[in-house]
Amino acid sequence: MTPVASALGVACLLLAAWSGLRTAQDRRVGGGQLLACAALTLALLAQAVAGFVALAVSDRAVDSVTFVGYHLTAVALLPVGALWAIGERSRWGNGVLAVAALVVPVLLVRLVQVWDGR
Amino acid sequence: MTGTRSRRRPPEGATLAPTGQGAGRLLVAVYGVFAISATARAGVQLATQFDEAPVAYLLSAVAAAVYVVATLALARDNRRLAWAAIGLELVGVLAVGAASVFDVAAFPDETVWSGFGRGYGYVPLVLPFVGLAWLVRTGRARRG
Repeated sequence: MTPVASALGVACLLLAAWSGLRTAQDRRVGGGQLLACAALTLALLAQAVAGFVALAVSDRAVDSVTFVGYHLTAVALLPVGALWAIGERSRWGNGVLAVAALVVPVLLVRLVQVWDGR
Repeated sequence: MTGTRSRRRPPEGATLAPTGQGAGRLLVAVYGVFAISATARAGVQLATQFDEAPVAYLLSAVAAAVYVVATLALARDNRRLAWAAIGLELVGVLAVGAASVFDVAAFPDETVWSGFGRGYGYVPLVLPFVGLAWLVRTGRARRG
């Protein structure tokens, strides 16, 4: 794991825990969470752009379709989860956001594996 | 608890809890993630390396279709279709899981259901049980 990917993964896990906690508290999704989603999405987007550049200039044997697909999915997940959470007028919007935030670290781990040719 | 509860069909006029609402949102979200990832994986496998392991990749495509149908059925409260899709998913993960253990040669590359979903943290093994439990739970008539 690169330091950036690790930090993003941990941040997403924290967001997932936060959202899970609010689900348990029977509360709807809050502004702080949406702000966190926006910040994380921007960071993931920056990471994706860096990843695409690295892929273009690198001559390592990387499954590029999977690599690009995982990057795009990682960028899209939190906005989709956030929109869904905003539209859901119950605590389960938080649950959906928690699921989305949990998937991102998995994708990040897979991205590093794909980059390493595994 | 309601006193008279029919297992198969709710009493006349009773409403069932929608499968895609409340905690069902969570289930739809998890199924959605699997639908998208399985579809993407099967698409890449079939398009780029079909010759290497046709059996495994066709099963990947079947699994992807099952997840897509289950996601839509749960989200749209189509109970019968959800039973069928999740039932098929349970059979699939058990059958493919067992086959991939006993006939390793046919599965040189992983599918979603290989090794009972080992590559996905065994979530594919747990998910159909959760899905069926949810269908049973929401299938009971609501009080009032």
